[in-house]
Amino acid sequence: MSLFKARVFVHLRPSVLDPAGEATRSATKRLGIEGVTQLRIGKSIEIEIDALNKEEARSKIQLMSDRLLANPVIEDWTLEFKDDQKALAI
Amino acid sequence: MNIGIIVFPGSNCDRDVRWATEGCLGIPTSFLWHETTDLNGFDAIVIPGGFSYGDYLRCGAIARFAPVLNSLISFVDNGGRVLGICNGFQILTELGLLQGALTRNKNLHFICDRANLSIESTKSSWMKNYNKYDSISLPIAHGEGRYQCSPDVLKKLQDDDSVALRYSDNPNGSIHDIAGITNKKGNVLGMMPHPERACDDALGNIDGKSILSTLLF
Repeated sequence: MSLFKARVFVHLRPSVLDPAGEATRSATKRLGIEGVTQLRIGKSIEIEIDALNKEEARSKIQLMSDRLLANPVIEDWTLEFKDDQKALAI
Repeated sequence: MNIGIIVFPGSNCDRDVRWATEGCLGIPTSFLWHETTDLNGFDAIVIPGGFSYGDYLRCGAIARFAPVLNSLISFVDNGGRVLGICNGFQILTELGLLQGALTRNKNLHFICDRANLSIESTKSSWMKNYNKYDSISLPIAHGEGRYQCSPDVLKKLQDDDSVALRYSDNPNGSIHDIAGITNKKGNVLGMMPHPERACDDALGNIDGKSILSTLLF
């Protein structure tokens, strides 16, 4: 078994309005920053998972992303592994 | 004839529903803790409003894995009637018993108000006491009530005559002013407005009574 570290980014699908992102974008103007044409808010979920290998870790995270972390009706997700995975003795 | 109300940690309209069904309509009603799996003996189930599991992750995202909801799927397959109100509607969409999703209100506010609604379908018996396009008023109280679905799903809802309620003056940005939908079969209704808060004469509005009375059709 090895411990894998990964991060899942959950974000609203492009077609779904993000009112919180829009409100934040308008606040950038009040901060004095011009030129922000798009700002959308998502979630970053950090995961540590025990698995036999990276492929198994990936498939477990895919399952939980599809079924739990993201709602495919309104959200997409992407997965990235952190390089600093460390092997643990069982 | 019995009604069950599912109670999650964080449900807060469970007792209001019971007051409406038992206190105002005289229908025997029990609470069902979310860990139960036995729905035998119930004729209809209500998933009440509130903030199940603190609405962590997304509204209804954690609740939908509760043991009782596995049993609810068979209950629905066997024709049982299920009403999801507010957070209950959100849970039913997360569970996949109803299509689409409820997202953050367009204006970002938690809206606590009265909404004028139009009865859009009398296909299912939930609205049997009304005629199509009748106008009613019900309380709303939600931060995530903006109904969203893909164009394909919207078309399907319309083709199946599954849009049950529309807002007359859309408060939250819901697609096509949708306030409530049914499944294709018609035995599951999800709605953001709160019929249980409009059943008692003392509250000055009893428009919710005719919807809740159809729990026992």
